[in-house]
Amino acid sequence: MDILQILLNESFWAATLRIATPLIFGVLGALICEKSGVLNLGIEGIFVAGAMAGWMAVWFGFTLWMGLLVAVIVGGTFGLIHAILTVPLGLSQHVSGLGVTLLATSISYFTYRTALPKLSSPPKIEPFQPLDIPYISEIPFIGLVLAEQTAMTWLALFMVVLVWWILNRTPLGLSIRAVGDNPDAVDAQGLSVYGLRIGAIVVGSSVMALGGAFLTMSAFDSFFFGMVNGRGWICIALVIFASWRPGKALLGAILFGAFDAFQVRLQTEVGAFLPSQVFLMAPYVLSIIALVIVARRAEYPRALLKPWFKGAR
Amino acid sequence: MKLPLILTRRGILAGAAMLSMLMSPISAMADEVKVAGIFTLPVDQQWISRIHIALDAAQDRGDIEYVYSENVSNTDYERVMREYAENGVNLIVGEVFGLERAARKVAADYPDIAFLMGSSFAPQAPNFSVFDNFIHEPAYLSGMIAGAASENNVIGMIGGYAIPEVNRLMNAFMEGARETNSDVSFLVNFIDSWYDPAKAKESSFAMMDAGADVMYAERFGVSDAAVERGMKAIGNVIDTSADYPNTILASAIWHMEATVDTAIKAVSNGSYSADDYGQYSFMAHGGGSLVLDESLVPADIVSLVKAKEAAIMDGSYTVVINDDAPVSDK
Repeated sequence: MDILQILLNESFWAATLRIATPLIFGVLGALICEKSGVLNLGIEGIFVAGAMAGWMAVWFGFTLWMGLLVAVIVGGTFGLIHAILTVPLGLSQHVSGLGVTLLATSISYFTYRTALPKLSSPPKIEPFQPLDIPYISEIPFIGLVLAEQTAMTWLALFMVVLVWWILNRTPLGLSIRAVGDNPDAVDAQGLSVYGLRIGAIVVGSSVMALGGAFLTMSAFDSFFFGMVNGRGWICIALVIFASWRPGKALLGAILFGAFDAFQVRLQTEVGAFLPSQVFLMAPYVLSIIALVIVARRAEYPRALLKPWFKGAR
Repeated sequence: MKLPLILTRRGILAGAAMLSMLMSPISAMADEVKVAGIFTLPVDQQWISRIHIALDAAQDRGDIEYVYSENVSNTDYERVMREYAENGVNLIVGEVFGLERAARKVAADYPDIAFLMGSSFAPQAPNFSVFDNFIHEPAYLSGMIAGAASENNVIGMIGGYAIPEVNRLMNAFMEGARETNSDVSFLVNFIDSWYDPAKAKESSFAMMDAGADVMYAERFGVSDAAVERGMKAIGNVIDTSADYPNTILASAIWHMEATVDTAIKAVSNGSYSADDYGQYSFMAHGGGSLVLDESLVPADIVSLVKAKEAAIMDGSYTVVINDDAPVSDK
């Protein structure tokens, strides 16, 4: 099997989409936060919290969709903490975000171990199964790729459209974009800068939590410490790659997923000649290169990282 | 106004001190060996769980008092070691693959405390003993079963990191598979994480796409992929056959009881010294065993494996220990 054959194989693209799904949620969540002018480095911890909360809700008898709702609420709660610290209090967004990551991660582990103290192997739930949509699997190639996906991947793709539509086609989206570019103007219009930013961070964090929930409720069926494994941080880079645009965010997530799906296959093929670490490094190196090329022209929200205080000049 | 003692500052401090003494897990009963476990991963991780279960059993028998800290990062590990050492435990059990030098320094600072650590290096006098999961023997036997079961003659292997204790088992497994199937070839991947089941699963799918029909499940996630595609898998360290019905042909199981109990006995009779406890994971000491599913493995292979098992037990056959990183056949 040579390289071309790998790329033309539908299972490769199915894997790409599976790997990309949590990143799509994460990058959309981060994008919503940053569009309003606030960086949310709590993402890695919110991923963990979403993964744990959603999974545990199902373990204790909730349905999968209720589990997702629990993940969304937990994600939003950690978002609210970040929002209060960074918006009305105007604290460092970096420090607060990292604080939220540490807090959310530790609380998740603590809750997991407290609720399930005596275990020798992690308990399993019945996760989302590939969605059987009539006629879809009859489309050549693409159909086979999509037929392997679960409802959460469809949800992620739908969210891309939804976020794009809200940001670019609604008055709410206009005010979110404005508050990330020029909060003074938003304030002059009589809109609440604090309200818009806090709302955007809470909603963005809820979306991030879905990315974590995907890992325990669709990609796998149990919760492990450390299973998020840096996926949140990748999303932060992907937002820059995406130049804060939902469509490009989808592209970036899929590109990263493709790099990763490609490296596992390549490692299998030519692992005898190169150390495995070279392949594992590849998606990150390629992402950095892509970032360097694309980010030079990125149009970032002008008020990003700048706290705003009412009445201050 | 004179406050009752319990509300004064001194009273509260004294109360808190007393309370912490009462709550302290390593106080009471002097004749029991006080053991602390320090693990870099959660106690339900495969490898750690084997140590944890053995120590739990010793506690249930009343031989030891056992406390543990899990998910301790390598950078924090030394502090936790010193904290337990200062608290007066007799024996510290853990794994120091990521901090060999620092851990040995701590052991040198507390010569009266026994250390029994998972390590890739030699023991250090007077008190630093080492162990590792030397279950290459059952791994070899499980390889024999995998080799016979592969119809495409391709076996996929997913490992965490390419470190000696992982490589050793993979190499023994591959040797075993070659014994029953001289045409077999291997696909080898490392995911550079102990805990990323989603990634392990994706790697497994990739290998199955490339023709693998038997998977060596070193990590969580591999057997899940095998179930989804209707392939077979070989377990490692723990027996997960109940979780993956009709999938796990056999598993090489690690038992830490022999290692832990030997160390506890040595500590309690004062004969503990720096030793290599690796041998207690060998089959002859009951440290390793093979479980196989006789409904999935043909009878002739079962008898072949049983014969080899007997040969290993009586010492007439020795499985080679090879710590080199395995690579895909091409």
